[in-house]
Parts: sequence; structure tokens; C-alpha cells
Amino acid sequence: MTSLTADSLAHRIDAVVIGASAGGVEVLSVLLPALPATLRAPVFVVLHQPPDRRSVLTEIFRRKCVLPVHEAEDKEPVVPGTVYFAPPNYHLLIERGPSLALSVDDLVQFSRPSIDVLFQSAAEVYGRRLLGVVLTGWNEDGASGLLAVRQARGVTVVQDPDTAEAPVMPQAARLRCQPDLVLAPQAIAELLRSLAAPASDASPSPSALPS
Amino acid sequence: MDAALDPVPEHVAKTFRIELPLLLEAIYLKYHYDFREYAHASLKRRLTAAMIRFNCRTLSQLQERVLHEPAVFPQLLDFLTVQVSEMFRDPTYYRAVREHMVPILRTYPSLKIWVAGCSTGEEVYSMAILLREEGLLERSLIYATDINSQALQRAEAGVFDIDRMAGFTENHRRSGGRSSLSDYYTAAFGRAVIDKSLRKHIVFSDHSLATDSVFAEVQFVSCRNVLIYFNRELQDRALGLFVDALCRKGFLGLGSKESLRFSAHSDAFTDVSREERIFQLKDRP
Ligand SMILES: C[S@@+](CC[C@H](N)C(=O)[O-])C[C@H]1O[C@@H](n2cnc3c(N)ncnc32)[C@H](O)[C@@H]1O
Repeated sequence: MTSLTADSLAHRIDAVVIGASAGGVEVLSVLLPALPATLRAPVFVVLHQPPDRRSVLTEIFRRKCVLPVHEAEDKEPVVPGTVYFAPPNYHLLIERGPSLALSVDDLVQFSRPSIDVLFQSAAEVYGRRLLGVVLTGWNEDGASGLLAVRQARGVTVVQDPDTAEAPVMPQAARLRCQPDLVLAPQAIAELLRSLAAPASDASPSPSALPS
Repeated sequence: MDAALDPVPEHVAKTFRIELPLLLEAIYLKYHYDFREYAHASLKRRLTAAMIRFNCRTLSQLQERVLHEPAVFPQLLDFLTVQVSEMFRDPTYYRAVREHMVPILRTYPSLKIWVAGCSTGEEVYSMAILLREEGLLERSLIYATDINSQALQRAEAGVFDIDRMAGFTENHRRSGGRSSLSDYYTAAFGRAVIDKSLRKHIVFSDHSLATDSVFAEVQFVSCRNVLIYFNRELQDRALGLFVDALCRKGFLGLGSKESLRFSAHSDAFTDVSREERIFQLKDRP
């Protein structure tokens, strides 16, 4: 396993996937506003929500974030440094390109959008250059997804269940995939901040880090 | 340590990416169903599920079974296509059809409507009920097409699980329905049987947006949650069919998260309702 220094991560990580359920809005309100304008990695978020309501997430977070926040659209090319939310009642998947794809396939882990679906498709596209984060929730969505990130040699992070409003989801993910890091929300925010290249070093040099 | 935690060797994923187009080519050559330009990420998920269902360790093994066991392909088709639907799904879509389109549809003496990718019929019957409520069904003919013939058969039968009707009723109410949904079905033995008089106005037929051509001129195409399964090139092909099928200033309705933004045909249409993804063909000079 690579030693996870902030510097190594900044050069390595090309994309971030985050999955959250019950209690997720609060934690995301710590994480997403922490993302700096110099972040190159796109950030894909699945937050479980009621299927039949128009999502207000993008509006909520647009006001709080430095980075642009969008609800994902089908076939949209991925733009670096953008936060994408899965729309309610659709799975969000990442295609090679990379671009976004939506589907109305059956629920996975009782959820659509499902964290597993996003993470598995992103792991396929980004491999070891992906960072996956599983946050608070009452179900077990995200555990298989995070395992896929790990199997693709990506970096895996789980919210410390002791800090979670709903500890079931991070616990399941921790048991299932023995993540690289188990962190409180503030520490995850710190980690995400460190992914951004410092303003002076905005164009990345090729990563010289061993895997 | 748990073996599941080990990295999946890169060659497994790479081999899958080689096997996938080969399988799709085999299916195309043998059965003339063309999945070669479907979006890969969700296709991969469903084929992985199919590998488990058919006891295959690799996609190549699945290909062997598809080519040599005639019973396999019809079952595999249910993995390759996604039969998820609801009556009056996204009620605001139907509300927008009532508000923005019905006043114009009223001006035509006869109406032709194409529901492309109709699955098990929920969308078609919703449209037929809406038209009846608006007093337009008697002058309408609805073409309902799909590539999954089992789904088409179920659509034609018009029988739904009674447990689903409460949700459909709520959707219908929110779509601005003027009557009660229960006026359009009879409940018996745990099933809801759709009013046969609606069916007189619907023609069900097997038609692929990937391989077939235009078959009629219509005033309205409703194609919801089908294009998301296609890659951009295939989306353009399907949208091209719609452009050709639509009459002057005809309407196109898509799924609530589908857009024309990334399509070669985006210039051919104007927005009728941006929010509900309803478009109108521009007047061609
Ligand atoms: C998710 S369902 C959508 C059902 C309905 N339109 C709705 O929105 O509720 C997608 C449907 O598209 C059909 N389909 C897939 N490929 C197709 C093609 N090439 N031509 C026509 N229909 C296709 C599938 O068989 C399936 O019934």
C-alpha cells in the first residue's frame, strides 16, 4: 500500500467519489465547502434521498461551495474541479472518456441512486487514481463499492462510525473492506483539501510514486 | 487475510473489455439485436449479473452459451434491457404535456403519437388515459414500440400487480388527472386489468431504435429513459429517427434527466418545457 502522504495523494488522485445517507447533508456541509478552487479532481456524490422530490441539494451546496456544483446529466463530459450530485431516482455511473451516465436499473441495496453503483463504475475508470469515501447512513450501501475501489487499488476512506449520526453504513464499509483511513469529518475535509495542488503548482508533474 | 480484499488483477478488467464487444458482435450477427453502441458502464453491471445467473465465469463462456444454446438469448435479453416503468412516472411531465401540448394537439383532426421504448406499457396507458381525459383519445392512434417482445406482450395484456396501483393513483392525481385512475381498470385476483377500450387506440410493435427505420409520421414522440442506455452515437441515430418521424413543429418528450445538449440534433429543436424535457421541432425552411 502506498504511504498516504498529502503530497503523494495530490499527485495521484484524479477523482473522488463520496457516498452518504442518513445524516449525510451535515457531513457533506463540512466536506464540500472545504474543497479549494485549485482542486483538479472531479467529485461525484451519491446522497440517498426520497425518489419523488425535486432535488434541492445542488442549490444548497452551490451556495456553500467554491467549486461549481451540478446535478449530473446523462452523457455530460466530466469537467475537472466540479462537484456532481446523482439525481434522485437515477443511478449515476462513470463511463470512459470520462463522462457521466444515468440509469433507472433496479434498486441496489434498496437505493437508487446507489453508492455501490457509482463506486464500482468509477473504480473501473479511474483505478488507483480514485479516492472513495463512505459516510454516515443506516444501510449497507457503499460497502461493496468501496471494496471495488480497494480492489482497483484506489484509496479508501470511511467516516469514523463514532462520529456518524448513523453508524451502520460506515461500520459495514469498514468491516467489508478494511479501509486505508477511518477519519472524523474534519479530518476527511483536511484530506480532501490536501488533494489540491498548491496554487504555484497547479499543473501536475507526473507522479513518481510507487504503488 | 480475506481474499476479497486483494486487488483484482488488471488483466481481468482488461480481458472483460476485450470480451464485451466480441459478445455484442456475436449477438448482433446471430440474433440481429444491436447492443454494440449501448452505454458500457450499466451494460457491464447487467452482464456481470447475467454471468452469475448463467453460471459463467467469464464473458467468453457466456458468449459460447448464447451462440450454442437457443434458450439462452431470450433470457439474456432481460439482462440486456431494463424493464423498469411506472404509470405517470414523473407526474410533472404529464402535467406539462397537458398544459403545453394538449392545446396544440387539439387543433389536429387526427393524432398519431409514438411511445418509443414502451417496456411493459405503463407509459403508453398513462398517455392513453391522459388523452381520454382531454377528450382526444377517440381521434388518436398510439404506436407503442420496444425491442423486448416479452415486455411488449405484457404491455399488450395490460395487467398490472394491484399493489402498484396506489402509487400510480397518486402519480396520476399529481399529473393533473381529471378523473380517478380506478375508472380505467378493474381489480380482480390481485391484479389490475386495464380498460380494453384504451387498447383499441394502441398499436404495439417490435421496433428497434438501433436498427429499424421510421414507419409513420407523428405529432408527438415520447421516449423516456431509453436514450440513457445508449452511447452518444446511438442517441444521435435514435434522435435522427425522431426528427424524421415528426411532422412540422412536432413534439418530443424525453426522460426527466435526458437532454439534447450533447446531441448533434440539439439545433433541430426548441424548448417547450426545459424542466420537463419537452421539445418542439423547429420549423424547417
Ligand atoms: C427503462 S425502460 C423505459 C420504460 C418507459 N419508457 C418509462 O420511462 O417508464 C427502457 C426500455 O427501452 C427498451 N429498449 C432498449 N433498447 C431499445 C431499442 N434499441 N429500441 C427500442 N427500445 C429499446 C427496453 O426494452 C426497455 O423496455
